[in-house]
Amino acid sequence: MSDYKKIDKKKKEWENGKLKKFLERAPERKEEFKNSTGEVERLYTPEEEIEEKYIGQIGFPGKYPFTRGVYPTMYRGRLWTMRQYAGFGTAEESNKRYKYLLENGQTGLSVAFDLPTQIGYDSDSEMSIGEVGKVGVAIDTLKDMEILFDGIPLDKVSTSMTINAPAAVLLAMYIAVGEKQGVSKDKLRGTIQNDVLKEYIARGTYIYPPEPSMRLITDIFEYCSEEVPKWNTISISGYHIREAGSNAVQEVAFTIADGIEYVKKAIETGLDIDKFARRLSFFFNAHNDLLEEVAKFRAARRIWAKVIKEKFDAKNEKSMRMRFHTQTGGSTLTAQQPDNNIVRVAIQTLAAVMGGTQSLHTNSRDEALSLPTEDSVRVALRTQQIVAHESGVTKTIDPLAGSFYVEKLTDEIEEQVWEYINKIEELGGMTRAIEKGYVQKEIQDSAYRYQKEIENNDRIVVGVNKFQIDEKPPKDLLKVNPKLREIQIDRIDKVKEERDNEEVSNKLKKLKNAAETDENLMPYILDAVKEYATLGEISDTLRDVFGEYQESIVL
Amino acid sequence: MSEKKIRILIGKPGLDGHDRGAKYIARALKDEGYEVIYTGLRQTPQSIANTAIQEDVDFVGLSLLSGAHNSLFPKVLDLLKKNDAEDIIVFGGGVIPEDDIPFLKEKGVQAIFTPGTPIKEVVEFIESKRDKIGK
Repeated sequence: MSDYKKIDKKKKEWENGKLKKFLERAPERKEEFKNSTGEVERLYTPEEEIEEKYIGQIGFPGKYPFTRGVYPTMYRGRLWTMRQYAGFGTAEESNKRYKYLLENGQTGLSVAFDLPTQIGYDSDSEMSIGEVGKVGVAIDTLKDMEILFDGIPLDKVSTSMTINAPAAVLLAMYIAVGEKQGVSKDKLRGTIQNDVLKEYIARGTYIYPPEPSMRLITDIFEYCSEEVPKWNTISISGYHIREAGSNAVQEVAFTIADGIEYVKKAIETGLDIDKFARRLSFFFNAHNDLLEEVAKFRAARRIWAKVIKEKFDAKNEKSMRMRFHTQTGGSTLTAQQPDNNIVRVAIQTLAAVMGGTQSLHTNSRDEALSLPTEDSVRVALRTQQIVAHESGVTKTIDPLAGSFYVEKLTDEIEEQVWEYINKIEELGGMTRAIEKGYVQKEIQDSAYRYQKEIENNDRIVVGVNKFQIDEKPPKDLLKVNPKLREIQIDRIDKVKEERDNEEVSNKLKKLKNAAETDENLMPYILDAVKEYATLGEISDTLRDVFGEYQESIVL
Repeated sequence: MSEKKIRILIGKPGLDGHDRGAKYIARALKDEGYEVIYTGLRQTPQSIANTAIQEDVDFVGLSLLSGAHNSLFPKVLDLLKKNDAEDIIVFGGGVIPEDDIPFLKEKGVQAIFTPGTPIKEVVEFIESKRDKIGK
């Protein structure tokens, strides 16, 4: 009899003996304990021979299928990049916050843009009323971007930019700022989110319909593979899918299905998988269910490696590595007893780190209330530093591997993710699945169930539906200058006076002509940006050619 | 519940794409037996007011998480008033700091539901207005 069968026999004896008697006296708290994959068993024990499974499915760090991590030494070599997403108000204010974060030991920048910037409107557009500088920094022209990175040498930092529909424009501005600082394109390091599919599904800052949006994305892939080789050209994001209410399985499934769609498009346009796949990066959420989250990250790495190797026939192992950024789950924060959020974020940080993340943003305790203050951002950053230097989890690689539960859950998540991926393929791929509303509906059903569980007290959220106290609303919240729109409008007016307006319209015309062909648009956008064409002018030029996306409402 | 159903429009003014809350409220209120219409993302105050009037709703619930509530919520109220529809009851929800609530109430927003509010509080609010709207 093999080892695991012997264990199984002993387990049955235990169940029918000790356990049974115990349960008669002391029943468990609940009839059923659940996670995203379904029911959680009382006790996990080995279920199969480990040797074959280990070699095929678990493997070694830095080697296919990367279950244990993408690098051979992981955090023993280098800690993850601590990257706090920040930006608000004017470029001057955000520049000050970046310098503060760098002085406090942060190792990379992450730029938050305001909503008008993310949707391609200038601050002076009527659509921007009330929104300028609110959830991020307002960028209208290259001028703002010069101020944003003033005194921050772009060859010394890596910069992540949460920008999607107008990603090409912001990347072009970043390249132009680099040039002004004397830093050439091939030295720039960073990431643009550039993941429009999840905008249709979950985040909402789309501009154009799927087809031209996909074209802009592959234009960026192509341009960067030659010109900006160290740039991560996309961050395929499950974060927002989870925030919209998906469970852990759906987060991985829909993110990977998005990834498959981008890879297909890139291959269709003639790009070589082993040339661009290594620049694809991912972005996940970290929630409170610590072990489930660790299993989720491990499963995601393994599935992606298989997708790239088996579906797309890549040869280079670097193409198969899923590198990802993580942010702790914004929707897990509560407005009630906000200090409790520090504890949630600490658990989520552990999940991300034991899941092998490459970079991490930790949310601040006050983010269910407003933008975070400097003090609460520091606590969030310190949480990462405590996990990095005091918790001990960084001493060995993938420390939860071999846990019977974590391995089993990793397998179960993988299995259910493949079911979704196959289903989406049957629907004709992710773009079709989104157009049909299938993905949105799946997420909404999960979100609805989750909220109902809270309403019915089947799920406890501390301070919200249990352990409540009477509390005074917090007072010291960060306020964004309400005069911001006027400040930005003055700056746009000044730029428009100083720039060569004839040259601007000339460049915009060229961009429009190129958009009507299938030429790569990046060089045209870069030319327009350098002449201080506004983000809105460039986006409108493309709106004229591409049209705008209309949301299909699914309730 | 009486014969005539209460009609509610859930609107998302502004540019933010966080519609989890709006969609939850819309669906949960529907489950409670109300007639609910959801506008979808990125609606201008004008289009929300127009829809509210055309659809002859009793309530408008505005959801916003970007911080633009102080500019956009009062605009919806102004437009309803201009079109002789100030009898439509407006409430709001989202990430809205406590400090802003008195201002919004003064502008005519009758209730603000911040994150973590149980749906039954929203239902109680709606039911408390039933006599006033004559349903």
